[in-house]
Amino acid sequence: MNLHASGAGNSYGYYPMLASTANAWENGKSAQMATESISLAPAEEISEETRAELELVSRARSGDATAFGALIRPYEARIFRLAMSITQNREDAEDVLQEAFLKAFEHLEQFQGNSKFYTWIVRIAVNQALMKLRKRKSDRSVSLDEQIDTGEDTVIREIAAWDPDPEQRYSQDEMHSILTEAIDELAPIYRTVFTLRDVDGLSTEETADALELSVPAVKSRLLRARLQLRDKLTRFFKRKGDNAFAYM
Amino acid sequence: MLTCKEFLAELSDFLDEATDREIKAKLESHIAECPNCFVICDTTKKTISVYKGMKSCTIPEDVHVRLMAAVERKIAANQKIAATQKV
Repeated sequence: MNLHASGAGNSYGYYPMLASTANAWENGKSAQMATESISLAPAEEISEETRAELELVSRARSGDATAFGALIRPYEARIFRLAMSITQNREDAEDVLQEAFLKAFEHLEQFQGNSKFYTWIVRIAVNQALMKLRKRKSDRSVSLDEQIDTGEDTVIREIAAWDPDPEQRYSQDEMHSILTEAIDELAPIYRTVFTLRDVDGLSTEETADALELSVPAVKSRLLRARLQLRDKLTRFFKRKGDNAFAYM
Repeated sequence: MLTCKEFLAELSDFLDEATDREIKAKLESHIAECPNCFVICDTTKKTISVYKGMKSCTIPEDVHVRLMAAVERKIAANQKIAATQKV
Protein backbone atom coordinates (compact mmCIF):
# COMPACT_ATOMS: atom_id res chain seq x y z
CA MET A 1 0.00 0.00 0.00
CA ASN A 2 1.40 3.33 -0.97
CA LEU A 3 0.09 5.73 1.61
CA HIS A 4 2.05 8.64 0.24
CA ALA A 5 0.18 8.36 -3.02
CA SER A 6 -3.22 7.33 -1.75
CA GLY A 7 -3.27 9.83 1.11
CA ALA A 8 -2.77 12.95 -0.90
CA GLY A 9 -5.59 15.39 -0.75
CA ASN A 10 -8.15 13.45 1.25
CA SER A 11 -9.48 14.51 4.59
CA TYR A 12 -7.83 11.76 6.58
CA GLY A 13 -4.26 12.89 6.13
CA TYR A 14 -2.13 10.38 7.92
CA TYR A 15 -4.39 7.38 7.78
CA PRO A 16 -5.94 7.18 4.35
CA MET A 17 -6.20 3.41 4.13
CA LEU A 18 -7.32 3.08 7.70
CA ALA A 19 -9.88 5.77 7.14
CA SER A 20 -11.32 3.74 4.28
CA THR A 21 -11.46 0.79 6.62
CA ALA A 22 -13.24 2.93 9.15
CA ASN A 23 -15.83 3.76 6.50
CA ALA A 24 -16.27 0.08 5.82
CA TRP A 25 -16.96 -0.55 9.49
CA GLU A 26 -19.60 2.13 9.40
CA ASN A 27 -21.13 0.69 6.26
CA GLY A 28 -21.61 -2.68 7.85
CA LYS A 29 -18.76 -4.36 6.03
CA SER A 30 -16.76 -4.86 9.18
CA ALA A 31 -17.17 -8.60 9.09
CA GLN A 32 -15.44 -8.82 5.76
CA MET A 33 -12.70 -6.38 6.73
CA ALA A 34 -11.67 -8.11 9.92
CA THR A 35 -12.06 -11.74 8.95
CA GLU A 36 -8.90 -13.76 9.42
CA SER A 37 -8.63 -15.94 6.37
CA ILE A 38 -5.51 -17.99 7.08
CA SER A 39 -5.83 -21.23 9.00
CA LEU A 40 -4.29 -21.76 12.40
CA ALA A 41 -0.59 -22.45 12.68
CA PRO A 42 0.33 -26.11 13.27
CA ALA A 43 -0.32 -27.10 16.89
CA GLU A 44 3.36 -27.46 17.79
CA GLU A 45 4.03 -23.80 16.82
CA ILE A 46 1.42 -22.36 19.19
CA SER A 47 2.84 -21.09 22.48
CA GLU A 48 1.21 -21.87 25.82
CA GLU A 49 0.19 -18.24 26.11
CA THR A 50 -1.53 -18.28 22.71
CA ARG A 51 -3.19 -21.59 23.50
CA ALA A 52 -4.59 -20.16 26.75
CA GLU A 53 -5.76 -17.07 24.87
CA LEU A 54 -7.49 -19.15 22.19
CA GLU A 55 -9.24 -21.09 24.94
CA LEU A 56 -10.54 -17.80 26.38
CA VAL A 57 -11.63 -16.71 22.90
CA SER A 58 -13.53 -19.95 22.49
CA ARG A 59 -15.28 -19.59 25.86
CA ALA A 60 -16.06 -15.92 25.21
CA ARG A 61 -17.60 -16.82 21.84
CA SER A 62 -20.02 -19.13 23.58
CA GLY A 63 -21.17 -16.21 25.77
CA ASP A 64 -18.82 -16.44 28.76
CA ALA A 65 -18.39 -12.81 29.86
CA THR A 66 -15.82 -13.73 32.53
CA ALA A 67 -13.61 -15.35 29.90
CA PHE A 68 -13.89 -12.25 27.74
CA GLY A 69 -12.95 -10.10 30.72
CA ALA A 70 -9.86 -12.25 31.34
CA LEU A 71 -9.00 -12.12 27.63
CA ILE A 72 -8.98 -8.33 27.39
CA ARG A 73 -7.66 -7.45 30.83
CA PRO A 74 -3.94 -7.63 29.88
CA TYR A 75 -4.51 -5.34 26.92
CA GLU A 76 -6.75 -2.61 28.34
CA ALA A 77 -3.99 -0.24 29.45
CA ARG A 78 -2.08 -0.67 26.18
CA ILE A 79 -5.18 -0.09 24.06
CA PHE A 80 -5.96 2.96 26.17
CA ARG A 81 -2.45 4.32 25.58
CA LEU A 82 -2.83 3.69 21.85
CA ALA A 83 -6.23 5.42 21.81
CA MET A 84 -4.70 8.34 23.70
CA SER A 85 -1.88 8.51 21.18
CA ILE A 86 -4.38 8.96 18.36
CA THR A 87 -7.15 11.00 19.98
CA GLN A 88 -4.98 12.99 22.43
CA ASN A 89 -8.02 13.20 24.65
CA ARG A 90 -8.70 11.09 27.73
CA GLU A 91 -12.49 11.05 27.39
CA ASP A 92 -12.31 10.02 23.74
CA ALA A 93 -9.70 7.38 24.55
CA GLU A 94 -12.02 5.85 27.16
CA ASP A 95 -14.84 5.78 24.60
CA VAL A 96 -12.53 4.17 22.04
CA LEU A 97 -11.50 1.53 24.56
CA GLN A 98 -15.14 0.68 25.30
CA GLU A 99 -16.22 0.70 21.67
CA ALA A 100 -13.23 -1.31 20.44
CA PHE A 101 -13.62 -4.11 22.97
CA LEU A 102 -17.36 -4.25 22.52
CA LYS A 103 -16.90 -4.45 18.76
CA ALA A 104 -14.29 -7.16 19.27
CA PHE A 105 -16.73 -9.12 21.37
CA GLU A 106 -19.46 -8.78 18.74
CA HIS A 107 -17.11 -9.98 16.00
CA LEU A 108 -15.15 -12.54 17.99
CA GLU A 109 -16.10 -15.34 15.60
CA GLN A 110 -13.95 -13.60 12.98
CA PHE A 111 -10.79 -13.97 15.01
CA GLN A 112 -9.25 -17.25 13.95
CA GLY A 113 -5.93 -17.03 15.72
CA ASN A 114 -3.56 -16.59 12.81
CA SER A 115 -2.40 -13.26 14.20
CA LYS A 116 -1.99 -12.24 17.82
CA PHE A 117 -5.22 -11.30 19.55
CA TYR A 118 -3.56 -8.02 20.51
CA THR A 119 -2.79 -7.17 16.85
CA TRP A 120 -6.41 -7.90 15.95
CA ILE A 121 -7.67 -5.69 18.77
CA VAL A 122 -5.24 -2.92 17.80
CA ARG A 123 -6.67 -2.87 14.29
CA ILE A 124 -10.20 -2.46 15.64
CA ALA A 125 -9.11 0.16 18.19
CA VAL A 126 -7.26 2.23 15.58
CA ASN A 127 -10.35 2.24 13.38
CA GLN A 128 -12.55 3.27 16.30
CA ALA A 129 -10.12 6.04 17.21
CA LEU A 130 -10.10 7.32 13.64
CA MET A 131 -13.87 7.33 13.52
CA LYS A 132 -13.82 9.35 16.72
CA LEU A 133 -11.47 11.86 15.07
CA ARG A 134 -13.66 12.06 12.00
CA LYS A 135 -16.68 12.84 14.14
CA ARG A 136 -14.92 15.80 15.66
CA LYS A 137 -13.09 16.92 12.54
CA SER A 138 -14.48 20.42 12.97
CA ASP A 139 -12.29 20.53 16.07
CA ARG A 140 -9.22 22.42 14.91
CA SER A 141 -7.10 20.96 17.69
CA VAL A 142 -6.77 17.80 15.61
CA SER A 143 -5.34 18.28 12.18
CA LEU A 144 -6.06 15.46 9.82
CA ASP A 145 -5.31 17.46 6.74
CA GLU A 146 -1.62 17.68 7.42
CA GLN A 147 0.37 16.05 4.64
CA ILE A 148 2.84 13.31 5.37
CA ASP A 149 6.28 14.82 5.23
CA THR A 150 8.05 12.79 2.59
CA GLY A 151 11.18 14.94 2.67
CA GLU A 152 14.40 13.06 2.95
CA ASP A 153 15.91 15.52 5.36
CA THR A 154 15.72 13.74 8.65
CA VAL A 155 15.39 16.04 11.60
CA ILE A 156 18.75 16.34 13.33
CA ARG A 157 18.95 19.61 15.20
CA GLU A 158 21.38 18.80 17.92
CA ILE A 159 24.10 16.24 18.38
CA ALA A 160 25.40 15.85 21.89
CA ALA A 161 26.37 12.84 23.92
CA TRP A 162 24.00 11.91 26.74
CA ASP A 163 24.69 11.03 30.33
CA PRO A 164 25.39 7.32 30.61
CA ASP A 165 22.26 6.95 32.76
CA PRO A 166 20.01 9.91 31.94
CA GLU A 167 17.18 8.42 34.02
CA GLN A 168 19.21 9.03 37.19
CA ARG A 169 18.89 12.78 36.79
CA TYR A 170 15.10 12.76 37.16
CA SER A 171 12.50 11.25 39.45
CA GLN A 172 10.20 8.58 38.00
CA ASP A 173 7.36 11.10 37.67
CA GLU A 174 9.60 13.66 35.97
CA MET A 175 10.88 10.99 33.58
CA HIS A 176 7.34 9.96 32.74
CA SER A 177 6.37 13.59 32.01
CA ILE A 178 9.43 14.13 29.81
CA LEU A 179 8.79 10.99 27.79
CA THR A 180 5.04 11.66 27.48
CA GLU A 181 5.51 15.27 26.42
CA ALA A 182 8.09 14.33 23.82
CA ILE A 183 5.93 11.61 22.30
CA ASP A 184 2.85 13.86 22.33
CA GLU A 185 4.73 16.36 20.17
CA LEU A 186 5.11 13.83 17.36
CA ALA A 187 2.72 13.81 14.42
CA PRO A 188 -0.03 11.17 14.96
CA ILE A 189 1.26 8.61 12.47
CA TYR A 190 4.78 8.69 13.94
CA ARG A 191 3.39 8.54 17.46
CA THR A 192 1.21 5.53 16.70
CA VAL A 193 3.92 3.59 14.88
CA PHE A 194 6.46 4.32 17.61
CA THR A 195 4.01 3.37 20.39
CA LEU A 196 3.19 0.02 18.80
CA ARG A 197 6.70 -0.83 17.69
CA ASP A 198 8.98 0.47 20.43
CA VAL A 199 6.78 0.90 23.50
CA ASP A 200 4.44 -2.08 23.07
CA GLY A 201 7.12 -4.20 21.43
CA LEU A 202 5.24 -5.39 18.34
CA SER A 203 7.41 -6.50 15.43
CA THR A 204 7.62 -4.35 12.32
CA GLU A 205 5.38 -6.84 10.50
CA GLU A 206 2.80 -6.87 13.29
CA THR A 207 2.77 -3.07 13.39
CA ALA A 208 2.29 -2.97 9.62
CA ASP A 209 -0.53 -5.51 9.92
CA ALA A 210 -2.25 -3.64 12.76
CA LEU A 211 -2.07 -0.26 11.02
CA GLU A 212 -2.65 -1.65 7.52
CA LEU A 213 0.57 -0.07 6.32
CA SER A 214 3.33 -1.63 4.25
CA VAL A 215 6.49 -2.76 6.05
CA PRO A 216 8.62 -0.06 4.31
CA ALA A 217 6.06 2.59 5.37
CA VAL A 218 6.30 1.43 9.00
CA LYS A 219 10.09 1.44 8.81
CA SER A 220 10.31 4.94 7.40
CA ARG A 221 7.86 6.34 9.97
CA LEU A 222 9.62 4.52 12.77
CA LEU A 223 12.99 5.96 11.78
CA ARG A 224 11.61 9.48 11.73
CA ALA A 225 9.80 8.97 15.04
CA ARG A 226 12.94 7.65 16.71
CA LEU A 227 15.12 10.47 15.40
CA GLN A 228 12.61 13.14 16.35
CA LEU A 229 12.30 11.75 19.86
CA ARG A 230 16.06 11.50 20.16
CA ASP A 231 16.26 15.14 19.21
CA LYS A 232 13.64 16.17 21.78
CA LEU A 233 15.18 14.11 24.58
CA THR A 234 18.66 15.48 23.92
CA ARG A 235 17.46 18.75 25.46
CA PHE A 236 17.01 16.93 28.77
CA PHE A 237 19.61 14.20 28.70
CA LYS A 238 22.71 15.71 27.12
CA ARG A 239 25.86 15.45 29.15
CA LYS A 240 26.47 18.59 31.14
CA GLY A 241 29.33 20.71 29.84
CA ASP A 242 29.17 19.29 26.31
CA ASN A 243 28.72 21.72 23.49
CA ALA A 244 26.35 20.69 20.79
CA PHE A 245 27.88 20.80 17.37
CA ALA A 246 26.09 21.16 14.10
CA TYR A 247 25.28 18.17 12.00
CA MET A 248 27.29 18.04 8.81
CA MET B 1 32.52 4.62 2.90
CA LEU B 2 28.87 5.40 3.46
CA THR B 3 27.72 9.00 3.66
CA CYS B 4 26.01 10.20 6.85
CA LYS B 5 22.71 10.32 4.98
CA GLU B 6 23.09 6.70 3.89
CA PHE B 7 24.00 5.76 7.44
CA LEU B 8 20.86 7.46 8.83
CA ALA B 9 18.67 5.70 6.28
CA GLU B 10 19.85 2.35 7.67
CA LEU B 11 19.94 3.37 11.33
CA SER B 12 16.66 1.78 12.41
CA ASP B 13 17.48 -1.57 10.83
CA PHE B 14 20.97 -1.38 12.31
CA LEU B 15 19.58 -0.81 15.82
CA ASP B 16 17.03 -3.58 15.31
CA GLU B 17 19.84 -5.86 14.09
CA ALA B 18 17.90 -6.36 10.88
CA THR B 19 20.67 -5.58 8.39
CA ASP B 20 22.64 -8.18 6.50
CA ARG B 21 26.28 -8.79 7.39
CA GLU B 22 27.74 -6.72 4.55
CA ILE B 23 25.65 -3.60 5.33
CA LYS B 24 26.29 -4.03 9.05
CA ALA B 25 30.05 -3.98 8.45
CA LYS B 26 29.72 -0.78 6.40
CA LEU B 27 27.61 0.87 9.10
CA GLU B 28 30.06 -0.13 11.83
CA SER B 29 32.91 1.19 9.78
CA HIS B 30 31.05 4.49 9.30
CA ILE B 31 30.42 5.10 13.01
CA ALA B 32 34.00 4.19 13.83
CA GLU B 33 35.08 7.16 11.76
CA CYS B 34 32.20 9.61 12.14
CA PRO B 35 31.73 11.02 15.67
CA ASN B 36 28.43 12.69 14.78
CA CYS B 37 26.83 9.48 13.55
CA PHE B 38 28.30 7.60 16.51
CA VAL B 39 26.49 10.00 18.88
CA ILE B 40 23.26 9.86 16.89
CA CYS B 41 23.37 6.09 16.89
CA ASP B 42 24.13 5.87 20.60
CA THR B 43 21.48 8.40 21.68
CA THR B 44 18.83 6.88 19.40
CA LYS B 45 19.55 3.51 20.97
CA LYS B 46 19.09 5.08 24.42
CA THR B 47 15.88 6.77 23.25
CA ILE B 48 14.41 3.38 22.35
CA SER B 49 15.65 1.95 25.61
CA VAL B 50 14.05 4.61 27.87
CA TYR B 51 10.70 4.21 26.12
CA LYS B 52 10.80 0.42 26.40
CA GLY B 53 10.61 0.80 30.15
CA MET B 54 7.74 3.28 30.01
CA LYS B 55 4.71 2.17 31.98
CA SER B 56 1.22 2.14 30.49
CA CYS B 57 -1.09 4.77 31.86
CA THR B 58 -3.62 3.41 34.28
CA ILE B 59 -7.27 3.36 33.38
CA PRO B 60 -10.01 3.92 35.95
CA GLU B 61 -11.55 0.70 37.24
CA ASP B 62 -15.02 1.93 36.34
CA VAL B 63 -14.06 1.89 32.63
CA HIS B 64 -13.53 -1.89 32.86
CA VAL B 65 -16.69 -2.31 34.94
CA ARG B 66 -18.81 -0.35 32.43
CA LEU B 67 -17.34 -2.34 29.57
CA MET B 68 -18.12 -5.67 31.20
CA ALA B 69 -21.66 -4.48 31.98
CA ALA B 70 -22.11 -3.65 28.27
CA VAL B 71 -20.76 -7.09 27.30
CA GLU B 72 -23.20 -8.79 29.64
CA ARG B 73 -26.09 -6.76 28.23
CA LYS B 74 -25.00 -7.87 24.76
CA ILE B 75 -24.90 -11.52 25.83
CA ALA B 76 -28.38 -11.22 27.39
CA ALA B 77 -29.72 -9.63 24.21
CA ASN B 78 -28.19 -12.40 22.07
CA GLN B 79 -29.71 -15.07 24.30
CA LYS B 80 -33.11 -13.37 24.06
CA ILE B 81 -32.89 -13.34 20.26
CA ALA B 82 -31.84 -17.01 20.22
CA ALA B 83 -34.76 -17.94 22.49
CA THR B 84 -37.23 -16.03 20.29
CA GLN B 85 -35.91 -17.79 17.19
CA LYS B 86 -36.43 -21.20 18.82
CA VAL B 87 -40.05 -20.35 19.52
